[in-house]
Amino acid sequence: MSITYLEAIREAQARALREDPRVFIYGQDVGAFGGAFKATKNLAREFPGRVLDSPISEDAIVGAAIGAAIEGMRPIVEMQFADFSTPAITQIVNQAATLYWRSQVPCPITIRLPSGGTSGGGPFHSQSLEAVYAHFPGLIVMTPATAEDAYSMLLEAVAIEDPVIFCEHKLLYNHCKTDELPVDAMPVGKARIARAGRDLTIVSYSAMTQDSLAAAEELKGEGVEIEVVDLRSIKPLDTDTVMASVARTGRLLCVGEAWPWGGVTAEVIARVATEGFDLLDAPPQRLNSKDTPIPFHPSLWTAHRPTVRSIAAAARNLLRM
Amino acid sequence: MLQTLESQDAVAAASTWRNQYLQGFRYMLLARLMDDKMSSLYRTGKIQGGVFLGRGQEALSVAIGISLKKGDVFAPLIRDGAGRLAFGEPLLDAVRTFLGSPLGPMRARDGNVHRGNPRQGHLAMISHLGAMISVVNGTLMAKRFKMLSGHVGVASVGDGATSTGSFHEGINQAAVEKLPLVLVVANNQYAYSTPNEREFACANLADKAVGYGVAPHEVDGTDLEACLQTVGHAVALARQGEGPQLVVAQLLRLCGHGEHDDAHYVDPRLKSAPLGRDCLQVAEEQLWQRGWADRETTSRLRQELAQLLEETVARVQRDPAPDPYRENWRALASAHLAEQFESYTVAEAM
Repeated sequence: MSITYLEAIREAQARALREDPRVFIYGQDVGAFGGAFKATKNLAREFPGRVLDSPISEDAIVGAAIGAAIEGMRPIVEMQFADFSTPAITQIVNQAATLYWRSQVPCPITIRLPSGGTSGGGPFHSQSLEAVYAHFPGLIVMTPATAEDAYSMLLEAVAIEDPVIFCEHKLLYNHCKTDELPVDAMPVGKARIARAGRDLTIVSYSAMTQDSLAAAEELKGEGVEIEVVDLRSIKPLDTDTVMASVARTGRLLCVGEAWPWGGVTAEVIARVATEGFDLLDAPPQRLNSKDTPIPFHPSLWTAHRPTVRSIAAAARNLLRM
Repeated sequence: MLQTLESQDAVAAASTWRNQYLQGFRYMLLARLMDDKMSSLYRTGKIQGGVFLGRGQEALSVAIGISLKKGDVFAPLIRDGAGRLAFGEPLLDAVRTFLGSPLGPMRARDGNVHRGNPRQGHLAMISHLGAMISVVNGTLMAKRFKMLSGHVGVASVGDGATSTGSFHEGINQAAVEKLPLVLVVANNQYAYSTPNEREFACANLADKAVGYGVAPHEVDGTDLEACLQTVGHAVALARQGEGPQLVVAQLLRLCGHGEHDDAHYVDPRLKSAPLGRDCLQVAEEQLWQRGWADRETTSRLRQELAQLLEETVARVQRDPAPDPYRENWRALASAHLAEQFESYTVAEAM
C-alpha cells in the first residue's frame, strides 16, 4: 500500500480529530465537498459538526480560529491556496503571533497553506509565502518535503501551543508517496540529512528537496557526492545541522522556490557566513525563482523556478569555484 | 393573591433596575475619573505612549459591562474603560497597563487600552479595527463545541470600523453561524478626524444589519437608561438564541482621538446639539430626579472613587520598572522551538 502526501495530510487530520475532541477544521469548501484538493475528503461525514465550511472570509476564518483557541480549542484552518492567506495576514501576524507575548495566553492554531507552483497555476495560485510568515515573531513555519513528514509534522503542528503555518506543497500532493505512515518521527526543529555526500551541501525544503535529490543523483554519474539537507521547518531553522554539513563539504548551495529577496535561502547563507565562514571553501550560492510574479504558461513557469537541471548546473558551477 | 405576587415582582424588578442604574453610574464615574487622571498624568509626562479616553461614551460602554455575565466574552475597544470595569476588570489592572507596570496583565509589553484577560473573557484588543469581531465569534463557536449554552459575546467598535473588511467578514460570519454575538457600534461621529460623511454613505449604520440578516437596534448613547435597556435587550435576545444583534448608538466623543489630539475639527454645532450632552452629567441628574440619590450622595461617591483612584495610582507608581535584562525575550509559548538570535540582535549595553 502506498500513501500519498495528500492522503497523509488527510490521515493526520483524521487522527487529530479522532484523538483530540478540541480539534476542528474550518475553511472554504472543506465540509461535504472535502476541500479543493480533497485534503479533508470524507472528514465531515466521519466527524459530524467538526469540519465546517466557512464563508470566503479569510480574515474572519483566522480570527475565529484564534478566538476558539483562546477558549481551549485546537482549530485547523485550511486556506484554499497559500496565495489567499494574504487577506488574513492581520489576524495571522498581528493577532495570532502576538497573543502569547502580549497576554501569556497561547494560540494553538494550525493554518494549512497549499503552497508552491503547479503547471498552469499562474500568479495567484502558486505562491510560496513561508518567508513572509517566518519574518514575524510568534509563528512556527513548517515546510514538509515528504509524505512521512507531512503526516507527523501536521500532527505535531496541532499539538504545539503556538500558531503554526503549515506550508504543504501542491506538487507533492500526488507525486510524493510513502509505503506506510511513520510511527516515530523526528521532532520539529530538526533538519534531516536527506542524502549524505562529501563534496557539496544543498540546503533545501519542501518540493525543492525532491528536485535537489534528483539533481544530486544526476551529479553522482559525474563522480560528485552531494549532501542534501532538508530543513523540514524553516522556523525554527536548524542551523546546527546545516553547519555540520557545510563543515563536511565546504560548499553550500541553498535552493528555494520562493522569490530571491530576503527569505530562507538568504537567511541560511547569512547564518553560515556569520557563524561558519571558515568552513567555506567557496562563496555560498543560492538558487530561487525569478523576481517576477509567477507565470501561467508551463514553458514560462518551468523557466521561472529552480528545476533539477538548473540546480545541477548551479552545483557544477559551485564545484568549479 | 395573584395581584400581590405581580406587585412583588414589579417591586423586585424596579429594585433590580435601580441597582443596575446605580451600578452603571458608579462605573461611569470611576471610568471618567480614571480618564481625567490618566489625562493629567499624560500631560505631565508620567505616561509613555498614548492615552485614549472614553469621555462621552461611558453610558453605552457601561451598559455592555452591566449586561454581561461571568462566562460571557467582551472585546472592548479604546473607549470602553467603563464597560471593562463593569465587566469585572480590576482598576489596578487598568492603571498598571496605562502606566506600563510589569506587574499588570500585559507586563509592560503592551500598554494603555491594549489590555485584557482573554481566558476570563476580556479580550485584549489589537489596533486593527474590526479585527476583534471574528475573534469573539471564535470564542462563541468554541463554547458551542463545548456544549456551553447561554453565553454571549460583545464586540465593541466605532463608526470607523464599519468601513473595514473585517467588520463585514465578522458580522457575516456571526450571521452564518447564528452566533450569540452583539456587535455594538458607538457612532461618535468621527473616526479620528474623519466625519461620518467621509466614512460611509448609508443613511443610518443600523440599516446595515438587514443586509447581513442581523437584528438592528438603535439607541441614544448619551442616555444611560436607554443604553441599559437597549443593550440589555440585545444581549438578552442573543442569549435566548435569537442570533447576532447589531446595536448602533449615536453619541459624541467628548475628547480627542487621543490626548495628543485637540479635536479642533469637531463641528461646534454637534457639541451644542443633544448628541453632545455629557452622558455622565445626564445620568447623575436622572439619579437626582428619580430620588435614587441626592447631590450629597453622588458627591460623596465621587470623592470615594477619586480617593480609590489616587491610592491605586500611588501604588502602581511604586511598582518596579520593566527590566530589559530580566525580560524573557521569547514570543513562543513552546520554549523548545524558540530560536536564539542573540548574536544577530542588539547587544546588551555593557
